[in-house]
Amino acid sequence: MSGPMLSIEGVETRYGKIVALRGVDMQVNEGEIVTLIGANGAGKSTLMMTICGNPRASEGRILFEGRDITRMPTHDIMKLRIAQSPEGRRIFPRMTVYENLQMGAALGGYAHFDADLERMFEMFPRLKERLHQRGGTLSGGEQQMLAIARALMSRPRLLLLDEPSLGLAPLVVRQIFDVIRDLNATEGLTVFLVEQNAYHALKLAHRGYVLVNGAITLSGSGRELLENPDVKSAYLEGGA
Amino acid sequence: MTATASPGTPGVLGAAIKDALISAVLTALLLTPLVGFRATEDGGGPLILTYRFGLVAIFAGIVAVLRLVLNLTLWRPGRTRVKRPPSPALVAFTDRIGTAAKPAFFVLLVIYPVLAVLASGGLGPSRYWIDIGIYILTYVMLGWGLNIVVGLAGLLDLGYVAFYAVGAYTFALLSTSVPVSDFFAGALGADFWRLWSFWVCLPACGLLAAMWGVILGFPVLRLRGDYLAIVTLAFGEIIRLVLINWVDLTNGGAGISSIPPITFFGIPFSSGDDGFAALFGLTFDPMHRNIFLYFIILGLAGLTAVATIRLRRMPVGRAWEALREDEIACRSLGINTTLTKLTAFSIGAMFGGFAGAFFAVRIRFVSPESFTFLESAVILAIVVLGGLGSQIGVAVSAILLIGGMEMLRNLTFLKSDWLLGPDFDPSLYRMLIFGFAMVAVMAWRPRGLVSSRLATIFLKQRKKVSADLVAEGHG
Repeated sequence: MSGPMLSIEGVETRYGKIVALRGVDMQVNEGEIVTLIGANGAGKSTLMMTICGNPRASEGRILFEGRDITRMPTHDIMKLRIAQSPEGRRIFPRMTVYENLQMGAALGGYAHFDADLERMFEMFPRLKERLHQRGGTLSGGEQQMLAIARALMSRPRLLLLDEPSLGLAPLVVRQIFDVIRDLNATEGLTVFLVEQNAYHALKLAHRGYVLVNGAITLSGSGRELLENPDVKSAYLEGGA
Repeated sequence: MTATASPGTPGVLGAAIKDALISAVLTALLLTPLVGFRATEDGGGPLILTYRFGLVAIFAGIVAVLRLVLNLTLWRPGRTRVKRPPSPALVAFTDRIGTAAKPAFFVLLVIYPVLAVLASGGLGPSRYWIDIGIYILTYVMLGWGLNIVVGLAGLLDLGYVAFYAVGAYTFALLSTSVPVSDFFAGALGADFWRLWSFWVCLPACGLLAAMWGVILGFPVLRLRGDYLAIVTLAFGEIIRLVLINWVDLTNGGAGISSIPPITFFGIPFSSGDDGFAALFGLTFDPMHRNIFLYFIILGLAGLTAVATIRLRRMPVGRAWEALREDEIACRSLGINTTLTKLTAFSIGAMFGGFAGAFFAVRIRFVSPESFTFLESAVILAIVVLGGLGSQIGVAVSAILLIGGMEMLRNLTFLKSDWLLGPDFDPSLYRMLIFGFAMVAVMAWRPRGLVSSRLATIFLKQRKKVSADLVAEGHG
């Protein structure tokens, strides 16, 4: 497969008259962890949701493995084995952890369900303890783990993570980022990570993009961006 | 319990009695003008004043006793609530009862007509009880049908009666249609349509209702909550208004009568030689038909229950439940929410259509008056009171609400002169009782009567998801 796995070309997204994204160009190559950082309201989550077709891009195109997915219905995009852990986790609060995980495997037809479940328990032992508990009774960190595990149950090729560190204790954030790094290193999972926690995200990612007011202003390797004075002053002041 | 003052303490008891007396006097004072005096018309003549002080005294007595009891128990000063965990023996016992309850309940339902006949002493006198059984089971079935839409998929549908009407009118129109009857008379014999119409039409009624479910589903795909409720309410009213005004087809408000009666799979329940009684060597009794109707609605309700249980374990059922929880998450997991919603609407509607066909064949007359908003409200109330998504809960609340309202008719002692007078019709107070029941259940059991939910899928051992994890009234 030549060319990037996910390619976003000149995408513009609007909410009514408000333009949230203005001509965003970016690529995610297979086997990479790519992060998108930016301030509140820069359009990070909008870009994430636009990839999934909800809302739709009004201009430009989004290609996944060379295939135009800009106008595809959301559930068909997911069938291409893109999985998303959406902003705010959005687990099913009244269903048990087990049922949540099963919903994640719905696309794959449960063929590898038991094996995948064991894999999730190895990655997130806490989920095993909480298996028959309702999703809504989990702590924030456990819910985030559940959201990621649920996304992984579909055996995705590309994992979209929207602010997995939101509202979590630093220790839990590190735990979650370690899992992402492991998945990428051992299984070659491609990850596109949207984060406000710029320091951790850039340390984890191979490459990064900076989004300001709906447009990409900077891009480069994680290390380059960490050392860039503009990034430092805007996103890293005050430390991690 | 660690009470600072026991009920025997004179201070507490004295205060309670004082409070009870004051409440009784206040009640009597308030009710004397409201209830004690009554102006009745005497055959077109002048108004006559009658007195009902006995009733006032009874109300005052009720208030006094209730306040006394409450003051000594629940409202006692210094009372601390102790929540004791249920003892393991009790849990084991209730579990055993729980596993035995379902088969026992089922057996009871099957032998109910026998019990009714034995208890009332003969086929004829058992009619009342059989009819109540049919009536309740119809609502159990409707409740289970609506439960798919509201309880599982979380789509608030206030127009469910529309599908009930579609089913009933489909059967009424097809079974009384002369061209259809002539067509089958030519092909399969003159009596075919009269004898077999119900069995042929039943699937058609379900399918048509399901189709209308999809037709309702499409415009409301983007709606949720309050907006969805309003649109479905309007849909129910539109169907009813069409039935009233499309006089050429539906005969308007006059309704459709002379619907052919139910047959025992082609054998009529008649006194003739080819009737059910003669063929089975029984003495003819019109009650045979009613008992057969009972078993049909039992079968239809059972079909609804089994189908729902099966569907819940299938991917589509789990998608319904996930959809109720979070639509965006559903989409991000690759679930086609459009399809999921439409299947919920159409399958729920299909069972409503079956129930409608049964209604038409039982009453043998349909008119738009049977399909008012009140019916939708009653069915929805049954589902909500029973606990959204709980099958047993829906059955229990249907029995309590429908059976309870029916029992109200039997409170004839209220008609005595010193109470409410012979003009008093207890059944008119159904809606009042209904309202009280709703308020009471929502106050004490905000998640419905049966609020624990079995996880549909489980790893090693099935565990109950306890009540506080299930839908609450503010969903």
